[in-house]
Amino acid sequence: MKRFLSLLLVVLMAFTLCLAGCGESNDDNADTGNEGNLTKEDIKAAFLYVGPIGDLGYSYAHDQGRLALEAMGITTHYVENVPESSDCEATLRQLCDEVYNVIYATSFGHGEWVEKVAKDYPDVYFGHATGYITGDNVGNYMGRVYEARYLAGIVAGLNSESGKVGYVAAMPIAEVIRGINAFTLGLRSVNPDATVEVIWTNTWFDVTLERNAALELINKGCDVIAQHCDSTAPQVAAGEKGVLAIGYNSSTPTAAPDAYLTAPLFHWDVYYKQNIEAIINGTWKGESYWEGLSAGMVSLDTLTDNCAEGTAEAVAEAEEAIKSGELKIFAGELKDNTGAVRVEAGAEMTDAELQSFDWLVEGVIGSIN
Amino acid sequence: MLKIQKKQGVSQEFDALLRILSVVVALIAAGIVMAFLGYNPIELYQKMIKGALGTDFNRAATVRKCIPLLTMSLGVSIAFKMKFWNIGAEGQFYMGAFGATLVWMLCPDLPIYVMLPLMALAAIVSGGLFALIPAILKHKLGTSETLVTLMLNYIAIKWITYLSLGPWKDPGEGGQAKIYAFTENARLPEVFGVHIGWIVALILVVAVYILMRFSKFGFEIAVLGENPDTARYAGMNVTKTLIIAVLLSGGICGLAGMLQATGSEGRLGDNISAGLGFTAIITAWLAKLSAPMILVSSFLFAVLLQGGSSLGALTNIPASVAETIQGIILFFVLASEFFTNYKIVFKRKEAKK
Repeated sequence: MKRFLSLLLVVLMAFTLCLAGCGESNDDNADTGNEGNLTKEDIKAAFLYVGPIGDLGYSYAHDQGRLALEAMGITTHYVENVPESSDCEATLRQLCDEVYNVIYATSFGHGEWVEKVAKDYPDVYFGHATGYITGDNVGNYMGRVYEARYLAGIVAGLNSESGKVGYVAAMPIAEVIRGINAFTLGLRSVNPDATVEVIWTNTWFDVTLERNAALELINKGCDVIAQHCDSTAPQVAAGEKGVLAIGYNSSTPTAAPDAYLTAPLFHWDVYYKQNIEAIINGTWKGESYWEGLSAGMVSLDTLTDNCAEGTAEAVAEAEEAIKSGELKIFAGELKDNTGAVRVEAGAEMTDAELQSFDWLVEGVIGSIN
Repeated sequence: MLKIQKKQGVSQEFDALLRILSVVVALIAAGIVMAFLGYNPIELYQKMIKGALGTDFNRAATVRKCIPLLTMSLGVSIAFKMKFWNIGAEGQFYMGAFGATLVWMLCPDLPIYVMLPLMALAAIVSGGLFALIPAILKHKLGTSETLVTLMLNYIAIKWITYLSLGPWKDPGEGGQAKIYAFTENARLPEVFGVHIGWIVALILVVAVYILMRFSKFGFEIAVLGENPDTARYAGMNVTKTLIIAVLLSGGICGLAGMLQATGSEGRLGDNISAGLGFTAIITAWLAKLSAPMILVSSFLFAVLLQGGSSLGALTNIPASVAETIQGIILFFVLASEFFTNYKIVFKRKEAKK
């Protein structure tokens, strides 16, 4: 027993020493300091992904952007499966303590930790995808993917026979709601009676949940399945059940060859390249970057042969109209799905309103709570 | 002819040596696997150690991982001593965190020195009562507590998920399924850069050690575990001992939930345990249910977990490789259990032993 007690003491001491160390100042970590701008060689960019790259979805799309930086000769690094919990903070701090001086956190839920950590590392540039935080060393960036979703809605409308479209959605945050609404408006621009039924999975990446949600929608009579989640499971389910599917994030015609129509795509490289160049040129600012079809930040994937005739023409026409500014997606009159008028005729929603979207347009079956 | 034989008496020195040896062998085996995958094992191990103990933040992160692990290991060790297989640390953890959060939701404006003790008490009571369900079912109906505690875990986790989707969802989170974040008066203060859960956990180590080693109650638990009939014959109140021990076991696990929610995470959520409730079973078992040894095993596992996660963060090794290393180490350490208790003898015909 004496042995145990002495052992206990030793461990106790180690424990306290260890903790005493934690109390010391953090100053020695902040040595990434730079007087002038970072040069191309100095930049060490780290990417945080919420899922695995192999999801062929959201994280994969970001990784394509990272590879574009590598091709420019920038040193990059990535971390997969970073949860939206305090583990995210640990990952961020470790990266900052290491050599990394540019950090892109790519999930909405990483935001609160980015905000917290960025204050302690003033010399590190932070970018937060899909978020809203700005600061001296924090910017956020997003694609106006709702523009591509509007086009995807047109595709769905011209290919659905039942007029019932299913939508597997992650969580009711503004970004997802905006996407559902744009999709629905696109759908109803070609088929005014069509509806979009939504199921929330409350996770960004869960193959089983996403598959089950798609199957439930198909059982309810939906013959086109769209998605705002990161796996290809809804497309695969659609393929098995003989209905059509619209992907998301990256082009995945091989996941379900008979079902795949198209997908709204991100081209994150557009942002990453210009953001890194801004750092090198010293023009970087902590701001919100939000670009769409015209900047090439988003696009609709090439339509497959599964699409009905005339689809490509209708999409091309709408795409031109959006790019030229002739077609405004969220312009009145818009009603919500309880029938109340939310945007008056002649009015258009502002970016601020789009970023806090919390109602579903007419034609969506589902609710936010 | 090979034969497996139960060993009679095993010296403590031999036991300790075997365990250390098994860890070393495991590290070598994991190293070989890493080398096959094209990584330099020595470099990786260095990175893991550095990732767990290298910087102030890493040390703090390791301790933060150690706190719930240690607390829950202590909790389950009490039940295990009684041979009551409480696999439900995870569920008791969440119910404890739930009980604590409930106090804060009901009276959010209490001063911190009233709030925290009240939350801790609520956590202990909820965790304990949740653990009592399988105990009563076992006592009255003879159900297997292993299965019931295991399944109750999922009920507890889904209960928290339900709260985060509806009743307790914070509308300020822009649609994400997150429960309200605690206000400052419900956050554990920090000492040496880590929330004071570490002090609570260390006090618990001493308390559980004294309870199990020197108290009459601890002795009763041990006897009950060895042989319930002996316990009854000796005039012990078996039911009472069972209930109190289970309450204590679940209560400590519940307290771990409160420490984690109010200390590290700042809010209740259905992912805050990070599965440590299951790891706690392993650490308790490896330490042979002795409280001081649980401190050692929990700390080492925390180093392993934190080292592994920083390996994932700082190298391009897929996260699955770090998990593989952990798995290999576990496998070897558990296998050594076998060699502690059994030996393989090469038996000749006339040999007798």
